[in-house]
Amino acid sequence: MANKSAATEHGGFPWKHLIGFVLSIVLTLFALWIALGTDLSVTWILIIIFGFAFLQAALQLLMFMHVTENSRKGGFSGRIQIGNVLFGAFVAIVIVIGSVWVMSAGHAKHDKHDAPKTENQDGSHESEEHGSH
Amino acid sequence: MKWDEFFVTGDPLIYGADVSIALTTAGILFYLTYFKKWKWLWTEWLTTVDHKKLGIMYIVSAVLMLFRGGVDALLMRTQLAVPEAKFLDSQHYNEIFTTHGTIMIIFMAMPFLIGLINVVVPLQIGARDVAYPYLNAVSFWTFFIGAMLFNISFIIGGSPSAGWTSYMPLASNEMSPGPGQNYYLLGLQIAGIGTLLTGINFLVTILKMRAPGMTLFRMPMFTWSSLVTMVIIIFAFPILTVALALMTFDRLFGSHFFTLQGEGMDMLWANLFWLWGHPEVYIVILPAFGMFSEIISTFSRKTLFGYKAMIWSMLLIAGYSFLVWVHHFFTMGSGAVVNSVFSITTMAIGIPTGVKIFNWLFTMYRGKIEFATPMLWSLGFIVNFVIGGVTGVMLAMAAADYQYHNTYFLVSHFHYVLIAGTVFACFAGLVYWYPKMFGYKLNERIGKWVFWLFTIGFNICFFPQYFLGLDGMPRRVYTYSEESGWGPLNMVSTIGGFMMGVAFLILVYNMYYSFRYAKRETHGDAWNGRTLEWSTPSAMPPFYNFAKIPVVKSLDHFWRQKQEGKVEKLTIKDIKPIHMPSNSGVPFIMASFFFIAGFGMVFEWMWMGALGLIGVFGTLIYRSFEYDDGYYVSEEEIIKTEKISN
Ligand code: HEM
Ligand SMILES: [Cu+2]
Repeated sequence: MANKSAATEHGGFPWKHLIGFVLSIVLTLFALWIALGTDLSVTWILIIIFGFAFLQAALQLLMFMHVTENSRKGGFSGRIQIGNVLFGAFVAIVIVIGSVWVMSAGHAKHDKHDAPKTENQDGSHESEEHGSH
Repeated sequence: MKWDEFFVTGDPLIYGADVSIALTTAGILFYLTYFKKWKWLWTEWLTTVDHKKLGIMYIVSAVLMLFRGGVDALLMRTQLAVPEAKFLDSQHYNEIFTTHGTIMIIFMAMPFLIGLINVVVPLQIGARDVAYPYLNAVSFWTFFIGAMLFNISFIIGGSPSAGWTSYMPLASNEMSPGPGQNYYLLGLQIAGIGTLLTGINFLVTILKMRAPGMTLFRMPMFTWSSLVTMVIIIFAFPILTVALALMTFDRLFGSHFFTLQGEGMDMLWANLFWLWGHPEVYIVILPAFGMFSEIISTFSRKTLFGYKAMIWSMLLIAGYSFLVWVHHFFTMGSGAVVNSVFSITTMAIGIPTGVKIFNWLFTMYRGKIEFATPMLWSLGFIVNFVIGGVTGVMLAMAAADYQYHNTYFLVSHFHYVLIAGTVFACFAGLVYWYPKMFGYKLNERIGKWVFWLFTIGFNICFFPQYFLGLDGMPRRVYTYSEESGWGPLNMVSTIGGFMMGVAFLILVYNMYYSFRYAKRETHGDAWNGRTLEWSTPSAMPPFYNFAKIPVVKSLDHFWRQKQEGKVEKLTIKDIKPIHMPSNSGVPFIMASFFFIAGFGMVFEWMWMGALGLIGVFGTLIYRSFEYDDGYYVSEEEIIKTEKISN
């Protein structure tokens, strides 16, 4: 029913999709090369690949996700789109900032395991261990 | 790997399971062949894209998983009934609580609810199917295959044993060697694809396929709760997908995201797990809330009290559910500030939940209440769920949680919300919509027995566990000493557990009994309902649901029509050809390739994993070049199905 329109409506060769797809792959490979193939410092690598990530997100929204498309039914589904995107942004921010905060606050910030700590194998490694520093 | 490592050996319980699995499989194969049912199975079920049939398959799978998870539970309760029991050893016990938890949440609760959503929501909004019927079949089959992959672990290769939360470093290669933990990762990953697709599918369906006139604020409450659930699914499941993928990399390819070595962060797993995990508990409770709303309103013969308040509280819950995850690991030691913030958000989420409880109570106030079985489950829900919610708020106080955490107090809390909430809702919804699915009701007398036995057994089983927890009994221990003094309450708890088991068997017997003896429904409105799914002329809607799409003028439109004596009759003039999607075997085949890929990766046979994935991509590519726009049901066929004579 609803899925019949996708193929027939737009017609022609999907250039937009192809370009978006190729650019996405190029950006990804580039990021991979920056991370593995260069001698930049970790900070710079992070900054650059984050830059690529945002570029790619924008690219995908533009090329595949119809952000510029107007809804046929009037303002209503437009509002839903915006609501969804805002909620998505909210969740993304909570995940990233929340995780960094939680993982670096309090005792947890001492919690880097460079030294092999596996020796005390009592089999019950649960979270209490970290609470009892 | 040698054969005796491939198959799990040495335990009489497992041999028993091997034999029963072999016998059941042989029985099914014999039945299908002898009664020449293969073709029927393929054309009617394996290739179907009909939301009602997919829903029924979801529910059947979920009931089977409830059985499997229930057997796990009773094995654990048997081991714990007396101190120092020798029924299960520690490793076996660990495997059982892991599979129990995982199966109950991922392969029982969610599919049961998604099954009911599949059957009911398109009917409630007056649609002929979901927005993407083909995708719906992909959803079901990836869920099913993921579940099967997870389930075979106990006879092939060994089960995971790091808990349904699979905390690192316990779940790492060093501490959980062998394929067990890989089953967890791959099984959940594959099933998760299906869930995410369901989220997208039903979001679009509810937003785009409603009957004319059905504005958002005229949607039935179950549809509303499904909509909000789908939004949570879409934003929460990717977190699980990523976390599982990272752990898979750690275990299979030697990366160090969560490992102790190489600057990995083991607790980051817990963090990501609960970033998904807490929204997940709302994914399994919101549809339950929706069902209770429908049922309470139907059997009180009143419009739902505070319809808009219900909706706003659900939207609030959807937002809040992403802000409380740290309450699952207060004891990690993120410090007072972090813990206080998450304490407060957690208590705040109790408020919209409380609002809903009052809405249900006021819906019943001065209603003409009919105590049908679905209504009994709903009343039982209100009472018992409040106990679960109140203890939840106790757990939410970070300082106090240092005492409760990882004890039986917590175990009791989440069973009070998950069983009294989700499982009661599944049973209530099953009984309520059974006539829509099969054309007859489940026997009410037996149904009430099931309700009382299950509810009483449930309280006998779990209420003592609050006190065991306060007395210091930790969760996930396979035995305890005589001196601890925990013996008597554990024995009581086990007795309650077996009562629930018996109640489940009677429920299944009721399905058989009603199949044989129940009076068949002659029209579509089995319970004097209010919403559109009850407006179909025949008890079970035809595959196209509505010969004529209804036009909706208000909330509870069908109920209004009945009150005003204005239920429209179908006439020949109304009949137009109906466009429907074609069946397809590709989703089933694609899922089978997923199984091959998953199984290969579980045993780290990469050639097999690659082969399976190539197959998956093959089916995707095949689909991209397939031009099938569905077909039209002719007017004659509709007239014949609807038995119109004028
Ligand atoms: C009034 C609302 C609720 C509050 C305040 C609440 C609070 C909590 C807290 C603080 C914990 C962690 C305790 C600990 O680990 O020490 C917890 C665990 C849990 N809750 Fe709730 N909860 C609520 C509702 C629910 C609902 C509706 C469900 C599911 C239907 C649910 C399912 C669970 C599960 C499964 C766990 C434990 C998971 C595990 O550790 O294995 N809760 N809850
Ligand atoms: Cu939680």
